[in-house]
Amino acid sequence: MEHVSIFVKGIFIENMIFAYFLGMCSYLAVSKTVKTAVGLGFAVIFVLGITVPINYLLENYVLKEGALTWISPEYANIDLSFLSFIMFIAVIASMVQLVEMIVEKFAPALYGALGIFLPLIAVNCSILGGALFMQERQYPSIGEATVFGLGSGVGWLLAIVAIAAIREKIRYSNVPAPLKGLGITFIITGLMGIAFMSFMGIEI
Amino acid sequence: MSTEVQEIAPKKESLFSKKNRKLLSDPLNDSNPITVQVLGICSALAITVQVQQAVIMSLSVLFVMIGGNVIVSLMRNIIPDRIRIIVQLVVVAALVIIVNEVLKAYLPDISEKLSVFVGLIITNCIIMGRLEAFALANKPGPSLLDAIGNGIGYAWILLAVAFVREIFGSGAFSFPGLGQVKFLPSSWFIQAGDSSMVGFYENNNLMILPPMALVVVGIIIWIQRSKNRALIEEN
Repeated sequence: MEHVSIFVKGIFIENMIFAYFLGMCSYLAVSKTVKTAVGLGFAVIFVLGITVPINYLLENYVLKEGALTWISPEYANIDLSFLSFIMFIAVIASMVQLVEMIVEKFAPALYGALGIFLPLIAVNCSILGGALFMQERQYPSIGEATVFGLGSGVGWLLAIVAIAAIREKIRYSNVPAPLKGLGITFIITGLMGIAFMSFMGIEI
Repeated sequence: MSTEVQEIAPKKESLFSKKNRKLLSDPLNDSNPITVQVLGICSALAITVQVQQAVIMSLSVLFVMIGGNVIVSLMRNIIPDRIRIIVQLVVVAALVIIVNEVLKAYLPDISEKLSVFVGLIITNCIIMGRLEAFALANKPGPSLLDAIGNGIGYAWILLAVAFVREIFGSGAFSFPGLGQVKFLPSSWFIQAGDSSMVGFYENNNLMILPPMALVVVGIIIWIQRSKNRALIEEN
């Protein structure tokens, strides 16, 4: 039950885009058509689902204060958490590279669909954001951390597909010239954010 | 003015030649990182609830950008092309760790409020974008100017958004060193449980919530583009 709650929270209540603005750069750049938006969205779910648990292990067995006791009890007061930024980003960049190579070798069809998006993802804020929120919120087990990663990814997919669909339609509307493109996308995202705020405070 | 400068300037391009001054001034308007290049939006929106946070964030980004641009520009000839992204990320991450530790030590309250967003400077597209687009191909001097220009271009949007949001959202704004600056006398505000109806003004709490940041940036883009028609998008 706890897992379901974290998953739903990640999608609706703590949505990466509407509540924290993470991954806005690619959200704005790749949301011109629904097809590419879906591709990028799935790539984000995929990478979040892999990197959050790996970073969870890293955090709990290497970086956290006292995390190194599994090697020897005398390391109990070593705190490496100042290294977490550099470790997380290294894990993310190398995992993205690795995933790209594996997918290319074993699932060429999937690579065809996700391939061009994977390199973009290494510098997508939502991936590092996922790792940092996982660190901040101290999830008790790896299962919950994974579910959190997947839920955030699904929330991100939902947001980018929704805005892409709206942008496809808005091309036929009479938007004031200076607002065309970027400006109106910002304002629509703001309105969607207000709509998503109605999920706030729901306890599951 | 410009001809004079060119006469005085030696044959070798000086640091403040016309071209280099453009590096500084362009990002403020014509190629603003946030409203035109669409880089670095993530952090720009999340930490603009208070002017104070926005100031600290801008300074941190400026520091990381200057450091990153100069270091990468110095190393541009020895970085292998295939692993350049990782090299850039490591340089930026090291600088961000410095910023984070300094903030934790000297400004613990603000560090707490900024939470993960200091770490997210690493993946702030504006930094990677400028490293890729500029520092990898240019000498340290121009890279430094490019970093300062873009850093300030980022900062002024951030401060403008934070200013609007804090004034309408809290009725006053706090600036480091100035304390609370009130814009309206406190008697104008509607007091809870006050039946005399002296107050008529109430803060718009929606401004503090995340979605309004997007709307405020959208409106800034609207104003900027109606002044600067060259930036209007085709579709």
